[in-house]
Amino acid sequence: MKLRSCIPILVLALTASLTACERPPVEVDQLNYRGLGLETVKNPRRLEDKLEASQIPAALPPVPAVGPKASEIYQNVQVLGDLSAGEFNRIMIAMTQWVSPAQGCTYCHAGENLASDDLYTKVVARRMLQMTRAINGEWTSHVAGTGVTCYTCHRGQAVPAHYWFEDPDADGVRMVGYTAGQNAPAPQAGLASLPSDPFTRFIAARAHDSIRVQGTTALPTGNGTSIKDTEHTYALMMHLSTSLGVNCGYCHNSRSFGPWEASSPQRVTAWHGLGMVRDVNEEYMTSLTDVFPAHRKGPAGDVFKVNCATCHQGLPKPLNGVSMVKDYPNLVGAAPAR
Amino acid sequence: MAMLSFEERYRVKGGTLVGGELFDFWVGPFYVGFFGVTTILFSLVGTALLVWGAAIGPTWNLWQINIAPPDLSYGLAFAPMNEGGLWQVVTVCAVGAFVSWALRQAEIARKLGMGLHIPVAFSFAVGAYVTLVVVRPVLLGAWGHGFPYGILSHLDWVSNVGYQYLHFHYNPAHMIAVSFFFTTTLALSLHGSLILSVTNPKEGERVKTSEHENTFFRDTLGYSIGAMGIHRLGLFLALSAGFFSAVCIVISGPFWTRGWPEWWSWWLNLPIWSQ
Repeated sequence: MKLRSCIPILVLALTASLTACERPPVEVDQLNYRGLGLETVKNPRRLEDKLEASQIPAALPPVPAVGPKASEIYQNVQVLGDLSAGEFNRIMIAMTQWVSPAQGCTYCHAGENLASDDLYTKVVARRMLQMTRAINGEWTSHVAGTGVTCYTCHRGQAVPAHYWFEDPDADGVRMVGYTAGQNAPAPQAGLASLPSDPFTRFIAARAHDSIRVQGTTALPTGNGTSIKDTEHTYALMMHLSTSLGVNCGYCHNSRSFGPWEASSPQRVTAWHGLGMVRDVNEEYMTSLTDVFPAHRKGPAGDVFKVNCATCHQGLPKPLNGVSMVKDYPNLVGAAPAR
Repeated sequence: MAMLSFEERYRVKGGTLVGGELFDFWVGPFYVGFFGVTTILFSLVGTALLVWGAAIGPTWNLWQINIAPPDLSYGLAFAPMNEGGLWQVVTVCAVGAFVSWALRQAEIARKLGMGLHIPVAFSFAVGAYVTLVVVRPVLLGAWGHGFPYGILSHLDWVSNVGYQYLHFHYNPAHMIAVSFFFTTTLALSLHGSLILSVTNPKEGERVKTSEHENTFFRDTLGYSIGAMGIHRLGLFLALSAGFFSAVCIVISGPFWTRGWPEWWSWWLNLPIWSQ
C-alpha cells in the first residue's frame, strides 16, 4: 500500500477525533497552592446548559401560620399536621408542581377522598416528606442551610432522573462469560470499564463495606484489600466526580488520597453526603419495599435508591446552590438531639 | 584536551546560522558558535535562578525544592518574582537554552555536510517541553498551567493534572504515546541485542555481517527491516512517542474538560451496535 493512500484515512480519523472533542476557551479555577494542578476544569458552554436546566420554579406566595391546624381540619394527616391549613395546602400545591405537574393532585390522592391511602404514591409521598424534613433537619453536615425540597431530585418528574437498582446480572454469566461486574462501559463509573455497581456495597444501607482501601503504613502490614476492592472504590469515586461535574482534585490531593489534612474541606462534606445517602436508602427507600408496585422496582425486586447524581445532577451544588427551603421552612424537620 | 589525529580535518569553517565567523571556533573538544554562547548564558542564568529560588524557599532538601508557576489569577501576565515570576524567567531561560542547543546541533551538522536529522529529532523533545510550559498554558489562558520545577512537585502536578480528567489512561493520545514508548524500547532492545550478538563472535570466529542479521529476523519474523531501516523505524517510534505525549497533554483541558473515559462515547454512540 502506498503511503499516499493512507492520507484520506488519516484525515478522516483526525476529523472524527476532533469532532469528539471540545474547544477552548475553557474555565479553570485554582483550588490550592499554585503549580499543584489542583484545579477544576469547566467548559463554560456546557456549564451554561447545565445551569439552564437547574433553574428553580418561582416560590409560591407565603401564607400566614394562623388559623386551625391541618390535622384539625383534614383527616389522616400524619406529617405536617401542625401546620396551618393554609401552609399545608401551600406545601401540597408546591409538591404537585415539583413532582407531578402533569398528573396533578390525583397522582397521589384517590379521587374525591383526599384522606385515602389507596394509592401507593401517597404513601411514598408521605415517607418522602418525612425524608425531606429529616435531611433538612438532621443532615445539615451535608446540605447545610441550603437544604433540599422535592424539586431538588424530582425536577417536575414523578420519578427523579437519577436513581439506581441492584443489577443481578452485573457479573454476566458464569464460567467464560464471567465479567466480575465490570469490563463494559459503566455509566455509573463515568463510562470507565470499572465495576458497574459501586453502590450496593457502599451506599445501599448504613452497614457498608469500607471505601478506604489504601494502607496507612509505608510497608505492607496486613492491609488485605484487593485490586478488585480498589476498583469498586474507584468506580464509586468516578460516580461522585461525574455526578458533581468535578474532578478528583476537588476533594483529594492525588499525591495521597487518604489523609484528611491533605484534602479539601469539600471531602468532609462529601463524606457526610455518603452517610446521608446510606441513611436515605435504608431508612426511607428500602422501607418502602412493600409499598412500591412491582413495575416500580428493579430487576432484583429492590426499590429505587438514591446516589449522588439524584440530587446533584452534574453540579457541585444541586440547583447550583440556590436554596428553595428558605421559601418553605416547614420542610425543615427537627435537628437531632445532641 | 587532547585531540584525535583525524579530528582536525573535520574542524571546518562556515556553516553558521548566526554570528558569521565571530564565534566560529572550538574550546577544547567543544564547538562554540553563537548558539553555544547563548546555551551557556541561558543555562547558567536559569540554573542560578533555580538555586536562588531554593535559597529564598523553605528547604534545601533536593527532593522538595519547588519553583512553582504563578497563580492562575495572573493569567498570561508577568507575576512578582517570588510569586511565580521566577518560574517565568526560568522557563524563558530553559526554552532559550534548549532551542540554542538544537540550533547549535544544526550548525555543526551544516559544517559536516550532514542532514539535519539530529536537530530535528531533538526538536521533538524541546517541542514537548514547550507544549507543556508555553502552548498549553497559553491555550488555557494562564502561565500557572505550566508544571512546577521540582523533583517531587512536578510529580504531584503530573498526578493531579491526570486526575483532573478522572482516568488519564483513556486519553487516546496518551494510549498512542505509551504504545510508542514501549515499542521504542522493544525496537531498541531487538536492535541492540542483534548488534551485540553479531559483533561478539565465539573465540576464533569472525564478526558476522548483515547477512546474518537479516537472516535471523527473516527466520524469526519473516521480515528484516535492514540496517538502515531499523534506524528509520527507531527514529519514527521515538519521535512519535514524544509527539503524542505532547498531544495527549495539550488536548487535556483546551480540547477536553471531562473525564477521558467519557470521550469514548463517540465510539459507544456509533450506529453499529445492536442496542
